[in-house]
Amino acid sequence: MHLSRRQFLKSAGLSFVALGSPPPFLLRAAGAEQTGRGKVLVVVFQRGGMDGLNVVVPFKDRAYYGLRPSIAVAEPASGVERAIDLDGFYGLHPALAPLKNIYDKGRLAIIHAAGSPDNTRSHFDAQDYMEVGTPGTKSTREGWLNRALNNNPLGDSPFRGVAVSPQTPRAMAGAAPTLTLSSIEEFRLRNAALGPALQKLYGASADPLFRRGGESLFDAMARLRLVEEKLPPSAASYPAGRFAGGLKQIARLIKADVGLEIAFSEIDGWDTHVAEGGATGQLANRLKEFGEGLTAFYQDLGDRMEDVVLLTMSEFGRTARENGNRGTDHGHANVMFVLGPRVRGGKVYGRWPGLAQEVLYEGRDLDLTTDYRSVCSEVLTRHLGQRDLTKIFPGFRGKSEIGII
Amino acid sequence: MSATLSDEQKTVHLLNRISFGPTPKEVQRVHRIGIRAYLNEQLTPQNISDGAVEEKVAGLKTMRMNGHELFELYPPPKLAKEAGMATGGAMNTPRFIIFELQQARLLRAVDSQRQLYELMVDFWSNHFNVFAAKGADRWLMTSYDRDTIRPRALGKFRDLLLATAQSPAMLFYLDNWLSVSPQAPAARAPANVRRRGINENYAREIMELHTLGVEGGYSQQDVHEIARCFTGWTLRRPRGDAEFYFDPRLHDQGAKTVLGTRIASGGMEDGLRVIDLLARHPATAKFIATKLVRRFVADDPPASLVHRATEAFRRTDGDIRDVLQTVIEAPEFFSPEVYQAKVKKPIEYVASALRLMEAETRVTPQLLRYLGRMGEPLFLAQPPTGYPDVGSSWISSDMLLTRMNFAIDLVTNRIDGARVSTQAPRDIQAFARMVAPDSLSTATRVALTEPAESDKLALLLAAPEFQRR
Repeated sequence: MHLSRRQFLKSAGLSFVALGSPPPFLLRAAGAEQTGRGKVLVVVFQRGGMDGLNVVVPFKDRAYYGLRPSIAVAEPASGVERAIDLDGFYGLHPALAPLKNIYDKGRLAIIHAAGSPDNTRSHFDAQDYMEVGTPGTKSTREGWLNRALNNNPLGDSPFRGVAVSPQTPRAMAGAAPTLTLSSIEEFRLRNAALGPALQKLYGASADPLFRRGGESLFDAMARLRLVEEKLPPSAASYPAGRFAGGLKQIARLIKADVGLEIAFSEIDGWDTHVAEGGATGQLANRLKEFGEGLTAFYQDLGDRMEDVVLLTMSEFGRTARENGNRGTDHGHANVMFVLGPRVRGGKVYGRWPGLAQEVLYEGRDLDLTTDYRSVCSEVLTRHLGQRDLTKIFPGFRGKSEIGII
Repeated sequence: MSATLSDEQKTVHLLNRISFGPTPKEVQRVHRIGIRAYLNEQLTPQNISDGAVEEKVAGLKTMRMNGHELFELYPPPKLAKEAGMATGGAMNTPRFIIFELQQARLLRAVDSQRQLYELMVDFWSNHFNVFAAKGADRWLMTSYDRDTIRPRALGKFRDLLLATAQSPAMLFYLDNWLSVSPQAPAARAPANVRRRGINENYAREIMELHTLGVEGGYSQQDVHEIARCFTGWTLRRPRGDAEFYFDPRLHDQGAKTVLGTRIASGGMEDGLRVIDLLARHPATAKFIATKLVRRFVADDPPASLVHRATEAFRRTDGDIRDVLQTVIEAPEFFSPEVYQAKVKKPIEYVASALRLMEAETRVTPQLLRYLGRMGEPLFLAQPPTGYPDVGSSWISSDMLLTRMNFAIDLVTNRIDGARVSTQAPRDIQAFARMVAPDSLSTATRVALTEPAESDKLALLLAAPEFQRR
């Protein structure tokens, strides 16, 4: 359910008294399309380098078990603590069991041996490259999601791009205004009476960084107060933790029709150099939180999921071989998830490069057969209806016909 | 902005850059003794008495304890339960240790007379970041701060690099204590984690983050070779009385080639050779100089100054004090282009507000939560990169809102642990002159005519001008 244009302007009008002047977004909205049910892309970034080989396990690749004597996930068979068979070749980590139902319904697509083609094994550089969308080029200033917002300037809501994280992630930074928040409830001034003065102070500032930051902050606060009482409660129970809490906020914004187009969420703790574990242990604990969070989000949105695609990525995979500490070091290709009713799921996409020594990337890592930008391009065109991607991924000419949507 | 800064602007600028922000007393002191003398004082912190704040810090009982005592008194909750220890509240869990470290860091930022020194402690802690909540680091961080970083913050870079390489906190955080030669006898393994080979984590970060920088010209092969050099640099009793030692049985005795240099000394000497090689590498001089100029001058460091700071680093064999002096005495440091050019990071913002208001500070969880919401929970940066030092990283809408709310709560005495004087009248113009003398925006000047005094102060502390230094 969403506000009609008339209701919206009417209820907004009431707040002018409190605000002192009409907030800029309303002035813009007067001449723009009313927000409403639109398509939404949710990107989840797994920071730290997830070990894709233990998340979607190539149990039929004979080399896998030889490379990982103490951390391999056992191949599917009866009993627990084994991979869950997906297609006779790949198995899902048992901690991701809740996602198997979604996969079986054809709503989860998996792309293996995917990621960023740059060979850096620095967390910082690899995340940066992935987020700006130009692997190997550092001078790109804006994030690829910000360029996607700019490329599609239909909406005029301060909630078009929302990152649920403390810092604005690189992927979202750039010319298109975006919002970063950690809690809808606490997103308010502790002395509302100072609102108008602060808004003026920032609005008239000669300091562009703070003028822009202030404008989007006050826009968003005003707008949030208007829709707050209409924000529906969550229809699913989310697991504890910041990651699921963030997805919960994103789901509420989607259901409230505030004009959200692109949301960003992140989950860290994937840097498993030591005691990574196999079917249970450190990585399994991370995956449990990850999988339960995604599942709750999926259930929470219910029918509204029809408008949503959720995409996951991590800066790099990890070494094919386990290291000396029952862990893995920084590697190369990884696995990506694409979730949503309109996704052609129930399938693992991507050419499998193999794990034999002679085909490992630089002699140590899973080789890359799908550029993550191909996956992103397909989601942007088929889901968000974007046409020209040359501005979003400049210089990228890879194929984007994977067929996931 | 005119071609040069006024004297008043220079004073505020100096205090904004070499301290956690101006206070009425320090502004007067700079006026009295002059910028050069003030800087020289700050560069020789051993001659500055700092009894008042150190007495406050001494009241934090974990600050003097070693890892063994900390582990005994603040055991992991599971162990405490087994031993039948009372586990009521957070007072005897390892979290309390981190809480006291955070208190000490913020107290010193606010109240220490050795401001430049404390800034450098903060700088190096971030440069050689260790995440205090990772496993055994909860008991190792106190010593890392007190015994590794603090004694060397203005010394030689090589000493700092070596001390961090041998610190139990870093050995644990970046896993080097577990990195062993693949040929090492498995019998040497500790009970819970079997060690059978090398771990590259530290070898990569010592080049990327601690010395050469990511563009410093090393390869994956160099990472591997350095990891081999550091095999056997490990820990006795990581949980408890942790101690660095070299175990020759875990060391890879083969010859290595690091950055084109052959290292075949064998034993612990291999790692020491790597430390020397990296500490004296030209890329390291440039990388450290760039970071220092970014901290003290501008997000985009002027190339001319980076060049001179790099030269100073090389000429003095990495003498931190000399490099700092070169940077701060440079004409670029006082150029109008860099006046108010840096955005304060959260600890700088919070400390500068408390200093300006001369707040009586007793660091509480509420005060520290503000720092967390602004994006800088102290000692808790999880990735080895530490926290960023460019303005755009610190002003997301959420962070900006938290800063405004901090200002509002501080001036109305709604923050437990920070008491500001409410003895009226306070001279708002005098405060404004310590924020941005002769350069307040019209909007901010208008805001300062608000009727209520606490509103004026809140607006001043929340204004864009006070977000910068």
